[in-house]
Order: sequence, then structure tokens, then C-alpha cells
Amino acid sequence: MLKFKSLVAAVAMTVVAATAMAADITGAGATFPFPVYAKWAEAYKAATNVGLNYQSIGSSGGIRQIRAKTVTFGATDAPISGADLDKDAMVQFPMIIGGTVPIVNLDGFKPGELRVTGPVLAEMFSGKISKWNDPKFAALNPGKNLPNDIITVVHRADGSGTTFNFTDYLSAVSKEWADGPGKNATIKWPAATSVGGKGNEGVAANVNRVKGSIGYVEYAYVKKNNMNFMQMQNADGRYVAPDDLTFAAAAASADWFSVPGMGVSMVNAKGATSWPISTASFIVMYKNPADKAASNEALKFFDWSFKNGKKMAADLDYVALPDSLTDQIRSRVWSQIQK
Amino acid sequence: MQTSLSTAQDSSQMLAVAKRQRFQDVLFHRSTQIFSLIVLGALAGIIVSLFVNAWPTFAKFGVPFLWYSEWDVNNEQFGAAFAIVGTLSSAGIALLIAVPLAFGIAVFLTETCPVWLRRPLGTAIELLAAVPSIIYGMFGLFVFAPLFADYIQVPVRDLMSGMPLIGFLFGGAPNGMGILSAGIVLAFMVLPFVAAVMRDVFEITPPILRESAYGLGCTTWEVVRGIVLPYTQKGVIGGIMLGLGRALGETMAVTFVIGNANRMPTSLFSPGTSIASTLANEFGEAADFHMSSLFALGFLLFVITFLVLALAKIMINRAEKAKGF
Repeated sequence: MLKFKSLVAAVAMTVVAATAMAADITGAGATFPFPVYAKWAEAYKAATNVGLNYQSIGSSGGIRQIRAKTVTFGATDAPISGADLDKDAMVQFPMIIGGTVPIVNLDGFKPGELRVTGPVLAEMFSGKISKWNDPKFAALNPGKNLPNDIITVVHRADGSGTTFNFTDYLSAVSKEWADGPGKNATIKWPAATSVGGKGNEGVAANVNRVKGSIGYVEYAYVKKNNMNFMQMQNADGRYVAPDDLTFAAAAASADWFSVPGMGVSMVNAKGATSWPISTASFIVMYKNPADKAASNEALKFFDWSFKNGKKMAADLDYVALPDSLTDQIRSRVWSQIQK
Repeated sequence: MQTSLSTAQDSSQMLAVAKRQRFQDVLFHRSTQIFSLIVLGALAGIIVSLFVNAWPTFAKFGVPFLWYSEWDVNNEQFGAAFAIVGTLSSAGIALLIAVPLAFGIAVFLTETCPVWLRRPLGTAIELLAAVPSIIYGMFGLFVFAPLFADYIQVPVRDLMSGMPLIGFLFGGAPNGMGILSAGIVLAFMVLPFVAAVMRDVFEITPPILRESAYGLGCTTWEVVRGIVLPYTQKGVIGGIMLGLGRALGETMAVTFVIGNANRMPTSLFSPGTSIASTLANEFGEAADFHMSSLFALGFLLFVITFLVLALAKIMINRAEKAKGF
């Protein structure tokens, strides 16, 4: 009898343990940081046995899901405004940093050999500069033998945080772009030659294929496929190449708490070595969550990732937040979430 | 006495059997009826939910949504014309290419093919129909588009673009992506469907009719034209409509090669978009008004498909009346 009782207890305990284990952290949203979140989640599961169920359905999908309270956290590339956060009693903080890079397909040029400024880049994407040997572009690249070819603009066909980041930058450097196409996850592309590719891989494939094309992709794709990128002039007037150091420099120059909800746009960041098209991806959570246990588990995961995830992020060509910033996120943002 | 008792027993037994059978019949009738009503219910549910979600767009733009060609998410200006044109033109090109080819394949398989080749060739066509559409898309983007750009677009553009009246059809940047590329890839996709259906219906032509015609001295072409085609007209149109349905709704393969440009295509080579590929591309990041406009596009695709099927039905009925069936 005693044996039987202990057996029952053992079974009950395993069942309880199994259900506790099965209670994964749930989140949904941005596709841009998905690879690094997945990597962190894998390592976190190995370390703590708590899994993460993250659906990379897109930033606006993530915002819809957190508003519908079907997930514990939402993730978005385009930050939510402070007023909207207050309305829903939510907090927002950056989680990871990455960069968007203009890429070209022009024979006879090494990656990084060509240079461009923001306003000229905006004119190329708007179709105002339609040939590669346009005097405005040639002036930035003296001594280079630019061909008399049509510029084919390749953009993302699907709604994307990368497009938001890129058009956010073009809007910041060109008033005409800001008043015309503007910034969003999908916009109306003005150039008559523009074609869309699905996903970063679609844009990369089209740019690789079409001679004389220009596009934009996440940095990881440039590195992986050894694509021909352009150096960009940053806000300080210096030309920089995209890499983790220039992204980190842009992050360091941002004044994170100057905007409610930390929704700082990092585009056109100041600093001599800042990459101008850098971006942060954000996490959104409720201040007073319905399921406090789940919310605490999510915070534990973020805390663990801040502490242990830097190397993993760097391997995937993302940039982790500096410690000074993560300390402030813990003390000034997470403190608002009821435990 | 003995016999009458047994007949009474028999008849009561038979009655019981008949009762059971009637009950089974009713049960069978009702349950199959419910199954078919589920389909009807699902159809109505889809239409209603599409329409409800699309309502904000229809309410704002009304009927001009159909011929307004603008897709500006930031300024919330939406019109479906470019997507409708892209969908119909790519599907139309696909049928223009696929139907004659499929007809030839079916005639060859049923009329002139040596018997030993019939089975392997027929199976190959059926296998082609089983290839997932994403494979066609990848083939289209990585293999077909570059070849198409270099060896067809450039020479055709140089040859034709100077011509009056039709020259404008061949303008644009030769990058391998566009309405015509999408139409050709779609033609590859619908070809096996149409060919397989045509072959099947050609095979059901009674041998006696066919052989009589041959006996009268008809050529193969005369037999196909005069006997096989009139006899199988309904099935042939059905097969073409099946192909058209697939071409209209195809998503992934089209997305890869059509260029995904949300504007009105100006030539056969210019990039455009189809309703299905716009939906697939933009749902992920759509919100509010953009979302309801996508639902409106979905609703329109539904209506277009429905109209096409209805038109096919009318065509078949007319043809049969003309023949006096």
C-alpha cells in the first residue's frame, strides 16, 4: 500500500514537473532578431530547461498579439510611441542591435569600394538618379570608372523591419523622401525600375542576378554572401563600412532615455565611427501582466541573454547591448513591471 | 398451416429488414447531406468573413477601388487595379501557352503515341503535376529568369520595341522578372493539369465512333476535330478552367518571378504583382486599413475565380444547347 502511494506520488510529481517544464515563455513579433532569439533560446533551454516559443510573424503581428494578450512579450523593430505604450500600460526596451546595408551589383568594384551619402542614396532609390554614371554619384567616387547603366532598385516585397529601418534613414536624411514615400514596413517605392524580393534572401538573390541593381539587406546577409556593399557617409561626415564596431558606435551615441519607451531611432547617429543605418529591435511587455509568473520567466530569460548572449549575438553578426545600458534597462524599465 | 405461419413470420421479418434498411437509407441520406452542407457553410463563412474584414476599404473607396491603381500604405490610398491586371494577364498568358501545348500532348498520347511509350509519358506528366509550386518558383528565379533576360528579353526588345502599336508591350528593363516571366512559369505549372485532364477525357471517346471515322477515311486530325473534340468538349473546358483556377490563385511561384512591384504593368516585361502574391507578401506586417485592403483583394480574387467558373459553366451549357443535347 505504501509502495503504491509512493508510486502515485512519484507519478504525480513527474506530471507536475512535466507541465512546469512545458510552460514555455511565449513571444511573437519581429523577424529581424529571430535568429539571435532562437539561438539564445536554445542555449537558455539547455541551461535552465525553460524553453521559448517565439513566433516570428512580423512586428505589427507581434504588437497585435501582445495587445490581444496571447503572448507574454511582443517584439517589434519599429518602436511603439510613448503615448501608445501608456495607453496600454506597457513598457518597451531595446534587446539587440543590428544594421542595414546598401548593396550593389556592379562589375569591377570590390566590396566597400564605392561610397555614397544619404541624400544621394535617397535619390537613387527614388529614381531621380537613374544611371550609375550620374554626376552626383560620380562626384562621391572620383577616379572610378562608373558604367552608363540603368539603376534597378530592389526592395523587400514583404513587410519588414529592415525596410522600416532603411526608409527611416532615408526619411532622416532627405526631406523629399520623408514627404514622399515616407517610412514604414512596406512603402510605395517610387522608382520606375523597382522590383521586390521576398525576404532578405530574395533581395540578395535579385541583386546578385540583375546587373546594375541596388538593394538593401541585413548585415548578416552581406557577410555571409560576400556581397558588394557601399560605404556610407555618417552624420559626422566620415565614410564608414558596416560591421559590429560601427553598429556598436551608433548604439553608444544614442541617448536612450531621451524618448519615452526608449523608442530612439538610431539612424543617422552621431559619432565619428557610427554606421548610419543601425537599428535596435524592441521588446514590449505589460506593466501589470495578467500572468505574473510567465512575465517573470520572460524577464529571467532576457536577463540571462543580456549576461550570457553577447558571444552568440556576435557569431550571428548582431551587436549585444552594452552593460551600462542593460543595467539601466533593469533598474529603470523592468522595475516598472509588477513581479 | 405450417406454410402460412412461416409466410407470416417471413413477412414480419421482411418488414423488419425493410424498416432497418429504410432507417439506414435515411441515416445515410442525412449524414451525406450534412457533409455537403458543411462545404456550403464553409464557403459562405469564407465569403462573409472576407467581406466583413474588407468592409472598411469598400466603405471608404467604394467601387472605384476596382480601377484605382495605387498602393500607398503610408498615405492609406489603396486601389486594386494593378493587382487585378497582373493576376489576369499572367494567368491569361499562362493559358495561351499551356492550352495548345496540353492539347498537343493529349492528342499525341491518345491518338498517335506508340503503346509502349504511353504509360511512361502519361506518368511523367502526372508527376510534373505533383511538383510543389515553390520548386517552380525557385526554378523560375534562379534558372529561368537569367536565361530569359539574356536570350529572350534583350533580343525581343531590340527587335520589337521600335514597332508601332505593339512596341510598347516589349519595353522596360530586361531583368528577367515581370508579367511575361510569371505567365511562362505559370504555364509550366498548369500544363500537366490541363494535359492530364484532356488525355483522360479524350480516352473516353467511344472506340466505335473513332474507328468508324477512321473507316470512312478520315485523317487523325479530322478524327480529333470532328469526333473527339465535340464529344469531349465539356471535359476539355473543365480541364482548362482547372488550369485557370490554379493560375489565378498561384502564390509562391508567381511571387518569385513577377517582380512584386505594386504598380500598373506597362509592358509584358515590366514587373507587376498578382493578388495572391501581394497577399502573401504583405499580410505579415499589415495593420488597420492596410489589412482590410488586403482582405478586399482576397475578396476580389474570390469573386474573379467565381466569375470564371460561372462563365465556363455558361459556355458549356450554350455549347450543349447548340448541339441539341
